[in-house]
Amino acid sequence: MDEDGGRERLVSALMRRLINIKPGQGAAFMLGALPLIAIFLLYVQAAAERSAANAADKLLPTLDKMGESLSRVAFHPDVLTGKVLILSDTIASLQRLGVGIGIATVVALVLGLALGVVPLVRATFAPIIATIAVIPPIAVLPILFIVFGLGETSKIVLIAVGIAPLMIRDLAAHVAALPNEQILKAQTLGASTWQLTLRVALPQALPRLIDSLRLSLGPAWVFLISAEAIASDVGLGYRIFLVRRYLSMDIILPYVAWIALLALLMDVILRGISREVFPWYHGKGK
Amino acid sequence: MSEILTFKDIWVEYGEKIVLERVSLSISEGSFVSIVGPSGAGKSTFLRLALGQEAPTRGQVLLDGKTLLPQCDPDRGVVFQRYSVYPHLTALQNVLLGLEFAKSPFLGRLYGKARRDAIQTATDMLTAVGLQHNLNIYPSALSGGMQQRLAIAQALVKHPRVLLLDEPFGALDPEIRLEMHDLILRLWAEQGLTILMVTHDLQEAFKLATRVIKVDKRRHDPHAPHRYGSGIISDVTPDKTKPVPLDVTTLLLPSSDEV
Repeated sequence: MDEDGGRERLVSALMRRLINIKPGQGAAFMLGALPLIAIFLLYVQAAAERSAANAADKLLPTLDKMGESLSRVAFHPDVLTGKVLILSDTIASLQRLGVGIGIATVVALVLGLALGVVPLVRATFAPIIATIAVIPPIAVLPILFIVFGLGETSKIVLIAVGIAPLMIRDLAAHVAALPNEQILKAQTLGASTWQLTLRVALPQALPRLIDSLRLSLGPAWVFLISAEAIASDVGLGYRIFLVRRYLSMDIILPYVAWIALLALLMDVILRGISREVFPWYHGKGK
Repeated sequence: MSEILTFKDIWVEYGEKIVLERVSLSISEGSFVSIVGPSGAGKSTFLRLALGQEAPTRGQVLLDGKTLLPQCDPDRGVVFQRYSVYPHLTALQNVLLGLEFAKSPFLGRLYGKARRDAIQTATDMLTAVGLQHNLNIYPSALSGGMQQRLAIAQALVKHPRVLLLDEPFGALDPEIRLEMHDLILRLWAEQGLTILMVTHDLQEAFKLATRVIKVDKRRHDPHAPHRYGSGIISDVTPDKTKPVPLDVTTLLLPSSDEV
């Protein structure tokens, strides 16, 4: 009986068009995990084969080897500097990233609001921001190095300059697209331009700013790693490009995984904040 | 009754297109005026003029004898068909907003006793529109009718000289619409409001208003449809002692001297 029911369900599933077959929550999770598990197993298999053929293979280090190297940089202080490498690299990188993103976010909020709310500001500054936005940030990196030197400033400025224009434009467009009824209504309630910005535009801009920040994290990491690769003496990007000279895949791969984990964590935290602080933005009315 | 809102020989033109031509209208205090007319005849233009959202090309709009600036101000309240309430504020916060704007120019927020007083005023207003049990709910969790109730409370808490309604019940179910009719009539009577309402529903206009004004083109040139603008083609005072007739269109036929 039960088998018949199962078969019926299967047949009915196969009779439907592909676009109408939707996985349930559990099935979707399993399907999502499948490619990850496949890649992992594929790697383990390939690494084992290469290691069997040549014990000194560097291209596809086994998990054991990666573990050993990782513990060297993660749990034991470096003989030269006395610091735990992955820790000092992470702190340095996150500092640059944090300050750069922070500056970009504040600038995007202020300019985005001003551009979105005040037509005169929009007319004056929208063209210049649109122009800056089309310049590839990496192309101005040499200028930043010349102007700000090879220290922290140029790296932070690269991140900020790299992601701010897009965030400003996104936020300005979002604020300008608020229904005109809202803007008119606020004025009939007695709002000045400042009050309208503060109580109507700002609260509705903030969750969008978080969205655009989440999307900008990817580019921000790109600019960070690029700047560190070119001129630095500490940082996640610096380390990866340093050990590349020795084909140290056993360091590079764990570092890449660590960066991916950090980026994922930031995204999850930002999404959590947005859902907690702006329930109305996520369609939860109560 | 004294005149509160006056349109004096108004023309509205968008380039070649003439929307309204030689329109004059006086609205007396305490009246409930409904503007009807076919789509595109310019009835919403009337409302935008009164609101200050746009200025007439020629002529004047006067409120209490003073020419209006082409911008919205708190002496005129408004309820639109949609988007009248703020999605990021709860029902109570939506109504508080107008009180906070008035008393807190820099922060736009009130604290302490001033806030408690404002909350009391806002709660009373929400009770008057029947939303006393939904104070801390965001608009997205309110039905369409309740959102319009909220929008009305939000506007009335400022005690506007004129309340402007732009198809306020157009998006609601017939049943809810009837409830809203009762509500707006009650508020109009209780608070001595002056209301200017645009609607395309003639029955609604005759049921609610003390004066129904039809806006349409007086003349039409088929070769140049934009050559002539709309004007007031009839101005009717519904008989409130009788029920609204099923067919009200005949009541709105243009009076002979206007043609």
